[in-house]
Amino acid sequence: MVRKYLSKIYMGIIFIFLYAPIVVLAVFSFNESKSRGHWTGFSLRWYIELFHDQDIRMAFYYTITIAIITAIVSTILGTIAAIGINAMKGRQKALILNVNYLPVVNPDIVTGISLMILYISFNMDFGFNTMLISHIVFSIPYVILSILPKLKQLDVHMTEAAMDLGATPMYALRKVIIPEIKPGIVTGFLMAFTLSIDDFIISYFTKGEGVTNLSIIIYSMARRGVRPTINALSTIMLTVVLLLMILINKRANGHDKSKKTNRSEV
Amino acid sequence: MKDRTKYFAYPYVVWIFIFIALPAFLVLLYSVTTKESNGLTTIHFTWENFKNFFQPLYLNILWDSIYLAAISTIICLMLGYPAAYIISKAHISKRNTLLFMCILPMWMNMLLRTYAWMTILGNNGILNNIFAFLGLPKVNMLYTRGATIMGMVYNFIPFMILPIYTALSKMDKAVLEAADDLGANKRTKFIKVILPLSMPGVISGIIMVFMPAVSTFIIPQLLGGNKSMMIGNLVEKLFILNGDWNFGSAISIVMMVIILLSMSIMNKFDVDKEGGARLW
Repeated sequence: MVRKYLSKIYMGIIFIFLYAPIVVLAVFSFNESKSRGHWTGFSLRWYIELFHDQDIRMAFYYTITIAIITAIVSTILGTIAAIGINAMKGRQKALILNVNYLPVVNPDIVTGISLMILYISFNMDFGFNTMLISHIVFSIPYVILSILPKLKQLDVHMTEAAMDLGATPMYALRKVIIPEIKPGIVTGFLMAFTLSIDDFIISYFTKGEGVTNLSIIIYSMARRGVRPTINALSTIMLTVVLLLMILINKRANGHDKSKKTNRSEV
Repeated sequence: MKDRTKYFAYPYVVWIFIFIALPAFLVLLYSVTTKESNGLTTIHFTWENFKNFFQPLYLNILWDSIYLAAISTIICLMLGYPAAYIISKAHISKRNTLLFMCILPMWMNMLLRTYAWMTILGNNGILNNIFAFLGLPKVNMLYTRGATIMGMVYNFIPFMILPIYTALSKMDKAVLEAADDLGANKRTKFIKVILPLSMPGVISGIIMVFMPAVSTFIIPQLLGGNKSMMIGNLVEKLFILNGDWNFGSAISIVMMVIILLSMSIMNKFDVDKEGGARLW
């Protein structure tokens, strides 16, 4: 009994440690004064100021645009690549999987500078395009890694059956394979989107004149001295990520449940 | 059909060659050439950049990064193991929620989480206000090495809890019952059975915390001030401020080697080989 309470207290302390900073940020975004430690009264002042801040609005625009394009492009390229990789065998497959794994295991800072060197070597102008390409580069591996397990579960005979019944390979792909691996595709899409929105280090090294994202703005603001508008911005971003996460989690759980019921039927 | 679908991967093979393999090669190339190399005609190979790194000044930064990352990893392990153990023992209906609550902060922007600690630890921050309210003297917490360590523990502890939890929850219940039947008390059971069986999780956790911790540059920059320069800060400074790419690339290669060595150690211990593609 004592053990049970001790566990509860311990987990409570861990969660306070994990969530206190986030709660503090959110609460002080509604603070009236500039102070970060004193509560002087409720106000929406920082939210209003946030929406009038031209820099933040531009950064927000770039963040969202890049995240949407990244998610769409890397999901399409990643899905096609995953289907191809899944059909490969032996050393060839292992080699591609390992290279694909590199951006996942490499420190972000190394990925960032290596892409920066690449763009400079090809005399590319830094800006929207370089940042977008970089985001697609580091998102595709995650999309592939979330689709491959679904492809492994796929019954090969289904595609064969479809083609025996007269479906062309493309038709079989559209009507059989894609619907079967859809959960993996959606997870990959959401992952690419959140990774892109959250990224700082790789964007920092591949950003260009006049093109920044929210993370870079937060970084420069935090270094210059803290402005309460970041609190407001943070609170909005946290809420968005929270909603996205709950969405992803619901999908994942729903999927597990359907799998479990399938198994019990067997 | 199966043979033809394989061609689907070919565009991506070209893609990873251009955007993953080629950049990695360029970093390697920069690390072994001199600054004066412009194009193929003037290229000049040298070990100078690596030799340069093995000076006390830079080696100290490397050891300091490894030291700070190691301390943070140990603290993560000491805090994270009990948490993972408690979650694995929790009722099945609560387990997923507890787990979700542990990973949720990980999905929030790392800068925001680190920035949040600036508002708590600052001289006029929340903690100092609470101290003042209790009549205690002000403590200088922000811009210290302690703050850097705390920031790393905060940011990376979910990476420790998760793999340990996975290892603990996969444990064969029959083995635990066998230990009970053979007369082991709780302490012996933990030390002789549970702990060794959870080792793969502990090892993955250590690597997953240590890797991002050793290469971070945001956390020491925002929380440590100028007091703790880590290897990530050095790389950032060399590329952004000094424009010394050759030296910066050499340090990146050192960093990559450290990470890949840690990965290979992890793979040795990862008995289930579940870490996806095995690299080295």
